[in-house]
Amino acid sequence: MAARATESDTIAGRTAGFDAAPLLWIPAALVVVALFLYPFGYGLVLSLTPAKGDVLANYQRFFTDQRLWQTISTTLWIALPATLINVGVSIPIAFVMRHPAWYQRALTTLLVVPVTLGTVLVAEGLLTYLGPQGWFNRLLLDLHLVAAPVRLTHNYWGVLLSLVITGFPFAFLLILSYLTGIDPSLARAAATLGARPGAQFRHIYLPLLAPGLAITFCLAFVQAFSVFPSAVLLGAPAGPTRVISIAAYQAAFEDYDYSMASAIAMIMGGVQLIIVAAVLSARGFFYRGPAGGGKG
Amino acid sequence: MNEAARKSVSGGRAAEAGTARDGGFEELKLDRVTRRFHETIALDALTLTIRRGEFVALLGPSGCGKSTALNCVAGLLPLSDGSIWLDERRIDVLKPEERGFGMVFQNYALFPHMSVRANIGFGLKMRGIARAEMRTRVDAALDLVQLRAHAEKLPGQLSGGQQQRVALARAIVIDPPLILMDEPLSNLDAKLRLEMRHEIRRIHRAVHRATIYVTHDQDEALSLADRIVVLQDGRAQQIGTPEDLYARPANLAVARFMGYRNILDIGVERVEGKRASLLGGNLRLEGTAQTAISAGRATIAMRPEEVALGAGSRNTFSGTVDQVEYCGRDYLVDVVTPMGTLYLRTDRRVSPDEVVQLSIPPERVLVFPPDGEGEGAR
Repeated sequence: MAARATESDTIAGRTAGFDAAPLLWIPAALVVVALFLYPFGYGLVLSLTPAKGDVLANYQRFFTDQRLWQTISTTLWIALPATLINVGVSIPIAFVMRHPAWYQRALTTLLVVPVTLGTVLVAEGLLTYLGPQGWFNRLLLDLHLVAAPVRLTHNYWGVLLSLVITGFPFAFLLILSYLTGIDPSLARAAATLGARPGAQFRHIYLPLLAPGLAITFCLAFVQAFSVFPSAVLLGAPAGPTRVISIAAYQAAFEDYDYSMASAIAMIMGGVQLIIVAAVLSARGFFYRGPAGGGKG
Repeated sequence: MNEAARKSVSGGRAAEAGTARDGGFEELKLDRVTRRFHETIALDALTLTIRRGEFVALLGPSGCGKSTALNCVAGLLPLSDGSIWLDERRIDVLKPEERGFGMVFQNYALFPHMSVRANIGFGLKMRGIARAEMRTRVDAALDLVQLRAHAEKLPGQLSGGQQQRVALARAIVIDPPLILMDEPLSNLDAKLRLEMRHEIRRIHRAVHRATIYVTHDQDEALSLADRIVVLQDGRAQQIGTPEDLYARPANLAVARFMGYRNILDIGVERVEGKRASLLGGNLRLEGTAQTAISAGRATIAMRPEEVALGAGSRNTFSGTVDQVEYCGRDYLVDVVTPMGTLYLRTDRRVSPDEVVQLSIPPERVLVFPPDGEGEGAR
């Protein structure tokens, strides 16, 4: 009888009257503190202890030097369109592909490839492919569509294209998984009630997809906003694509001013936070809950 | 029910283009409707005519083709062959949104992000009905299903039975010529299922619209339908009134579905017209042939409630009680007889190993051609 009692006690996880389960959050908290909170705090303190001047001298310099504060708008000007394109193009394609089919598997597998290659490899590839002697311009020239090679590298368009190529699969796969989570019988019900495919999309899919779109937008935006390799390799890092991460890099490794570099990193984080907070608070206007039609 | 609500639910039809004139239609005709999935035939040449206001149940085990048939009528599945006619109009070529039928789905398929009111009003909104009229018609539908108090809630905040009512109201409010229901009660518990069955009956009487009701539950089909179509393996086994099917199943498949639990393989000594002399074990029995049978082997079907305890004028034999199950109103008793185990229902208390006399009228021993699956009772 005693053995039995011990057994059931162990099953309940309450041996000796002490419940250890809540302690499981400790390893996770340690990881967050070591890998996120500590570096963040360290950077914040570093940014507030400039080589010369008072505590806020770095921030003052950033927002008064045009070459510095302009990097915010330059980066937004690349990251926002890239994110909008990635999310916007993903929606209709995912919608068409929401029903499982052989090509759904094939395409999703194909799309994972650019994600795994990484931005540097894609940027290097695009540099040759889109260059004046690349296949793309050769094709346009041979088809007599253009008289002279189109400039798609070392400018704004090169960076945008590379962000679309590396960012699209990510946005698409995320949206596809949100879409396939919506009970297809809802659209069927809407159809029997007289909703044509356009109305089904507007009234059923889009509202149920909205929270997922917000999350996808935020993740895709944060990814695009921290663009560095393609802005350097495919862009014009001295001018039109001098993004904020380049400014931080220059401060750290060309001027050896880690304090200034930390300040730029903090500002970068702040801008991302503002955009993400704005998008996520808009999400509050939409329905959030299971996307099923009732008891399954 | 509320008479004003009833008028308003079936009124306002003039505003709808393309759907129905008064009362919907005279005849919905399914003509050899067939649906194949790759090589398998899910529905094999179903021919059925449904009249105005009629309640037809498609009854069968899962995979028998009943939901396929419903989806074909709704336009959610294209036909492989055959055609569907609404009076003179061929409708199987129309998209679901052009047919204007009201459908109740098995999982209700309520729009989770819309209030009860918006869910019910969705079909009217798609038809471009004016706001004021929409409000009166949705209110009337809410009254009909007694959910006025819950109009502003989201479906997730309702119980299963209430969700079911919303689904019903949403299908009815568009005043469809035909209402389609796909196992609407299968997700509810037993008590609620009875209640909702009653409710569906009441609403059908109120709106008086032709209804096709898919179910695997013979009690639901018997209690609700004017006519029942029993489907098995994609084929219609029998089409008839509940009384017809209950008393005179056309074959063993229908008999099994109609609660003929005693299905036994038996020998046939002689057939004279409909009367058959049977020999099972060493028991002689008289039965009634349902279709042409010949001497040799046959399968008989008997309902447990028609096998009586005690001697009768004919077909009396004895057996030993094996098991007794108490069912509240009566007992379900297994009796071992020389021709096999028989199930019977009785209100007399018997105990295991008791030797009892049994009897059954010859007209209630239904004789069918041999079945192969008929060995022993099922």
